[in-house]
Amino acid sequence: MIRAALFALALATGAAFAQTPGQTLAQEERARALDAEIRCVVCENEPISQSTAGMAADMRALVRERIVEGDTDAEIRAFFADRYGDFVLLRPRMSSATWALWAAPALLLAFAGFAAASLLRRRKAAGTDVEDDPAPEHDQDR
Amino acid sequence: MTAELGGFLLALALVMAFAQGALGLIAGWRRNEGLGAAAAGVAQSNAIILLAAFAILVSLFLRTDYSVAVVAANSHVAKPLLYKIAGTWGNHEGSMLLWCLVSATFAALLASFPGGMGRTLWNRAVGVQGVVTGVAIAYTLVLSSPFARLDPAPLTGKDLNPLLQDPALAIHPPMLYLGYVGLSVPFSLAIAALMEGKVDSAWARALRPWTLIAWVTLTLGITLGSYWAYYELGWGGWWFWDPVENASFMPWLAAAALLHSAIVTERRGSLAAWTILLAIIGFGLALLGTFLVRSGVLTSVHAFAVDPQRGYAILAMLAFFVGGGFMLYAWRAPRLSEPSGFLLVSRESALVVNNVGLAVAMGTVLIGTLYPLLLEAMTDRLISVGPPFFNVTFGPLMALLFLALPIAPFLAWRRGDLKEAWRWLQWAAYAAAGVAVVTLALLRGPIWSALGLAVGVWVLFGALLYAWKRAGSFVRIAALPLAFWAMTAAHVGAGVFTIGAAAETAFRKEEAAQMLPGASVSFAGRRITLTDITTVEGPNYTAQRAIFRVEERIVTAERRSYTVSAMPTTEVGILGDLTGDLYIALGAPTEGTIGPAAWTVRLYFNPLVQWIFAGAGLMALGGALGLVVLARRSLKRTVPAAAATAT
Repeated sequence: MIRAALFALALATGAAFAQTPGQTLAQEERARALDAEIRCVVCENEPISQSTAGMAADMRALVRERIVEGDTDAEIRAFFADRYGDFVLLRPRMSSATWALWAAPALLLAFAGFAAASLLRRRKAAGTDVEDDPAPEHDQDR
Repeated sequence: MTAELGGFLLALALVMAFAQGALGLIAGWRRNEGLGAAAAGVAQSNAIILLAAFAILVSLFLRTDYSVAVVAANSHVAKPLLYKIAGTWGNHEGSMLLWCLVSATFAALLASFPGGMGRTLWNRAVGVQGVVTGVAIAYTLVLSSPFARLDPAPLTGKDLNPLLQDPALAIHPPMLYLGYVGLSVPFSLAIAALMEGKVDSAWARALRPWTLIAWVTLTLGITLGSYWAYYELGWGGWWFWDPVENASFMPWLAAAALLHSAIVTERRGSLAAWTILLAIIGFGLALLGTFLVRSGVLTSVHAFAVDPQRGYAILAMLAFFVGGGFMLYAWRAPRLSEPSGFLLVSRESALVVNNVGLAVAMGTVLIGTLYPLLLEAMTDRLISVGPPFFNVTFGPLMALLFLALPIAPFLAWRRGDLKEAWRWLQWAAYAAAGVAVVTLALLRGPIWSALGLAVGVWVLFGALLYAWKRAGSFVRIAALPLAFWAMTAAHVGAGVFTIGAAAETAFRKEEAAQMLPGASVSFAGRRITLTDITTVEGPNYTAQRAIFRVEERIVTAERRSYTVSAMPTTEVGILGDLTGDLYIALGAPTEGTIGPAAWTVRLYFNPLVQWIFAGAGLMALGGALGLVVLARRSLKRTVPAAAATAT
């Protein structure tokens, strides 16, 4: 409610973020999420949401135009990728060239988890002497 | 003449560094105490020689000697004094000289404080550190000498990039370099241990303070850089997952993993091989960071040096140290492990979980950073891997790690009691669940924000509950040992940071308004009035300064144009407290027929953003306290250990 009121006020004072007529608050939220994922093509490593460049402003307006036209988020991403190449998307699309990237964290986790589990199992087997191993008491200095 | 003297000193330092390397390594091999002492002496003098060379470069910047290429390219007479000094390392050549100076300084410290480590181990570590310093100096001397002259000397200089003209430039790069290069000491100790073929708890004890120095300075350097970007770049963000940021973050993750695994190796003798590997990887990532930043392989705001030849040379350095380290590791590590018993539920296992989490997070950042470079090199396809990728991969990994974090201190070595831990930690779990419910139901935040805040609260309360358990009562909390406070401060910091990061990312607000003096807007529950815009003359820039009234308080924001480079920068106005920052950036005016028709004013509200920096600060404080504890302990142990090696 407060956000809606703020937004209306921002519109009244002429906010730079919302330029397309006939746009709703929900659409503006979608647009902002997309702004953060699309790279400004004339800047150095900045999404269009951050950039003050004129080109970024044009691209933000384009995002809103596509949304009002009824495009889905995926269609808008594809629209920008077709125009400027995949480089423009800060969230790389799943493809034959990027599946390894997206799979990497899970593979790393599985590998590290497996390594740690096998280490712990070995230690557990070696740990039969736990009873009479005079380990330090509860840490006195750590 | 001064620049030539600097070049001469640098060449002298090169010879000295390799002499230190040869003397140290031979002393370790032949068990020759005299050569070892000589290596230490050379290391100490070399730090002084490099300090003199660095002082000469500073003096050239102070006198703005345009006949020196690096000064002409990066300085200007009109630049304020602070930036003349800090400008010394605000460029490629000067920062490489700083790299060498820091490396030589660490070599001298290592030579001066052997702690409780064995004599041959110490000799070899000093030797390896000499080789590291020598290779860095060779690179600086041949490919990026800061003392090169220009003939004829230009009449004026190009000035320093205005974005860098900020007091933070005086501290941020030196801090990062202390951290990067600081990781060369654990590396040297790891290589020395592999040469010895023996890793024991004395080795791990010697390793810990050096790892902590690197970790603390990296924490401070990264936090300062993040805060700098926050107030300088003018759009309210504090972390961009920019490759250059990742370049400093990966060594930080490695150092964090290393300082935990070294505890297990010191206390229990376990994980010795893994600790060695982490020490090698940590320095490798620091070198990789140097490569990414210095080779120009990345296009980002930080890349102010573009020269492929330098890139290849740094890559060769990386291959030499890391490749060599890995080969030595593969050869010697299988002999190292000496298992000691512990059960599945134990402090050891919890620290293994810590290392799994940090290592996988480190690998994820590494792959995300290098993937676009490798893909472009192999297939010519250009893609971007930006914040959306890192947020959905790194975030959940950290959340998993932080779920385990508060449990670890409650578990005893060898054999822990999960039921007992839960008896205490249940209260943290209830608090976390409460916060998650409030976030979802009242604040209408996204699910990930509720999870993030809950994890932060879990870590924070978990650390506090452990303090309560250890003390037994509130009165006795103050009597707990310093080492306990070190851990608690760092873990509380991790919790505070997580809460801030989750809240800021999920609930930040932003608007842009067109304003003229006298106009008001309502934003984030505050009434903001633009009272005036004036033109201000700075030492080397002119600025438009906007004065805002927010309730009863005054805040100013500037838009500067630097005279020499004509580049506009923003100086934002921040009005903040622990609940959040109101952040105002003055944008460009839209031109009317007479004067500006309106000014674009960008307004941000960043809730709990100061928790992010405070949390990181607490982590650094914890590390610094830990360093005090370790230094005290090592000084206490030096005498008996030296006596033991003598017999």
